[in-house]
Amino acid sequence: FDVDVAVTNPEKVGNSLPMFRSKTFSVRRRFSDFLGLYEKLSVKQSLHGCIVPPPPEKSVVGMTKVKVGMDDPSSVEFVERRRAALERYIQRVVSHPSLLQDPDVREFLERDDLPRAVNTQALSGAGFLKMINKASDAVNKMTIKMNESDTWFEDKFQEVENEEQQLRKLHALVDSLVNHRKELCGNTAVFAKSMAMLGNSEDNTALSRALSQLAEVEDKMEQLHQEQAASDFFIFAELLADYIRLLGAVRGCFDQRMRAWQRWQEAQSTLQKKREAEAKLLWANKPEKLQQAKEEITEVTKAWEARVTQYERDFDRIGMTVRKEVLRFEKEKAKDFKSQIIKYLEAMLQSQQRLIKFWEAFLPEAKAIA
Amino acid sequence: MRSVSVDLNNDASLLIDIPDALCERDKVKFTVHTKTTLSTFQKPEFSVPRQHEDFIWLHDTLVETEDYAGLIIPPAPPKPDFESPREKMHKLGEGEATMTKEEYAKMKQELEAEYLAVFKKTVQVHEIFLQRLSSHPMLSKDRNFQIFLEYDQDLSVRRKNAKEMFGGFFKNMVKSADEVLISGIKEVDDFFEQEKTFLLDYYSKIKDSTAKAEKMTRSHKSTTWNFFYLFIFLTLKLGKLSDLFEKLRKVEGRVASDQELKLTELLRYYMRDIQAAKDLLYRRARALADYENSNKALDKARLKSKDIPQAEEHQQQCLHKFDKLSESGKRELTGFKGRRVVAFRKNLIEMAELEIKHAKVSNIMTGSHAERTHTLLD
Repeated sequence: FDVDVAVTNPEKVGNSLPMFRSKTFSVRRRFSDFLGLYEKLSVKQSLHGCIVPPPPEKSVVGMTKVKVGMDDPSSVEFVERRRAALERYIQRVVSHPSLLQDPDVREFLERDDLPRAVNTQALSGAGFLKMINKASDAVNKMTIKMNESDTWFEDKFQEVENEEQQLRKLHALVDSLVNHRKELCGNTAVFAKSMAMLGNSEDNTALSRALSQLAEVEDKMEQLHQEQAASDFFIFAELLADYIRLLGAVRGCFDQRMRAWQRWQEAQSTLQKKREAEAKLLWANKPEKLQQAKEEITEVTKAWEARVTQYERDFDRIGMTVRKEVLRFEKEKAKDFKSQIIKYLEAMLQSQQRLIKFWEAFLPEAKAIA
Repeated sequence: MRSVSVDLNNDASLLIDIPDALCERDKVKFTVHTKTTLSTFQKPEFSVPRQHEDFIWLHDTLVETEDYAGLIIPPAPPKPDFESPREKMHKLGEGEATMTKEEYAKMKQELEAEYLAVFKKTVQVHEIFLQRLSSHPMLSKDRNFQIFLEYDQDLSVRRKNAKEMFGGFFKNMVKSADEVLISGIKEVDDFFEQEKTFLLDYYSKIKDSTAKAEKMTRSHKSTTWNFFYLFIFLTLKLGKLSDLFEKLRKVEGRVASDQELKLTELLRYYMRDIQAAKDLLYRRARALADYENSNKALDKARLKSKDIPQAEEHQQQCLHKFDKLSESGKRELTGFKGRRVVAFRKNLIEMAELEIKHAKVSNIMTGSHAERTHTLLD
């Protein structure tokens, strides 16, 4: 996965953010650098509860083809697909207020020579969603279960899971539609050639001309189908794929909150045990050892009390962060879907208008047949 | 609906149509309705039920008739093919458990529409066959044609007898021998020389185009179906967008079926018609071969001074037959040219107009939806 990918993505940062050295700048990054950035962000305590945008998936097949240097359209498509995905990834990162402040992010954007990312094995090997699901399973296996007084978290989590399932199904359908359109492209091109041959064979002059024109129209139709398929794919399918991964990241936050809760509960039960030990000692009635032992126990108990307080605070903080993040996420998602849908519809409108022009140009040729 | 051939059913003395048809399992029963002013028929108006096999019987008897050797016999209608919708119906049955009641009802509706489309197509093609016959000065008078139209009993007995008589032998002969014979013959007439070259070449090209058009149409239809599953899915999520997709899909479906009727069916029909024209050339080539053989036989007879009058008579017969075929053939082929060009013109115009119409409709729907989406509050 070590290939130079130039993500044409100049960051125009306004005057309101003096932390950046200049207004517009660009750097060269490897795919593994993007994965590395995610790795760094995902383990930061300070970001727990935040929805950290997940990086695009690695694709062994696609990469191998590009490495071998095949110039065919599918590897060109693959590179473009990856470039666009990386661009969306970074844009999501910088549009997150907390992440924009993060020093690792700034380093990623600004530093000319970035040290090679290590430890991206988890991501590159298993892929983002597999990683999330593995962590999720670990959380579920923990024996202490939460009793929520506020059902918001439970309900929201269920919603997120359902939505992820639905988007998966939808993505599969769009994928299938793209493939069918590509097949239609191929068949249309073949038909166009055949029609051209038939036109050459035709002995009536005007009809021969019309058939040749028809062949040209069908050629143009093939192009339209091609563009429509690209639109379906780049606008629709990739949007769905991004959100399937993002919803995985949302689930990840909920899991982090669970883990924080469990840590707090475990600390509480440990504290309980220490207190019981302290109480036992008080009943033991060995006056000589009592004072010293009592001091030791009190130290330990106090330390655990502090931990419990800390972990409870952490848990509350993460809870608030998760709530805030989810609300922000939902807003962003609605915006994202809306703008992509508009893009998709506009591409469709263009396509339809061109189609009309093609056939309107053909009509007089057909009428001229005598 | 009547579009692949033109100028049919204009003569009021004999008007034929297929007003309805029944689909029973695999068999289609066509109602053949005739209105006539001719005294050769017993009644001025009548209807009979006919099966596809009856049409084939009629076609075959016409092909076998010596007197019609100089005519282009209209191609037999192809067998009704419900394969595609039947396959989908099967898949629907299998997937029933995983669908909601609403989804299932919608898909069933779609399937029924597809069945109907195939149905209409097969009715059209059977109807055109009969109308070609009724518009032909000679063929319309054929005795078997009259029986086909009028006989109110089951034709299957006659069909069986015919099969025993001919046993499909002639058909096989034509298929395997015609190309070689037609190309090999030494042509004396410029007209036929040109026609032969043209038809042989055109046939191979139109056969190819027909196959490619079929593939394209099938692809188009399956894209539409895919769109359909997508729509069912979107109803769960993106509200209004799914309405648009459903409407677009319906229009796409109409585009695909219009293209099939105006283009694919047109090509298919004329491919078969050209085959019929080639059959005519074959019969004429055969007659020429017979004539040449009879000349050789006459020379031999003269040499041996034996059976000269018979040989002379035979030679005269062959010549006469060949001349008759050439005269009739020329007339038929010239008529065919005109017919073909007119039909192509009509269908290509109609196809272009429909494509424009559908695209404009789609464009308006998409445009208004895009507008609505823009104004949606975040």
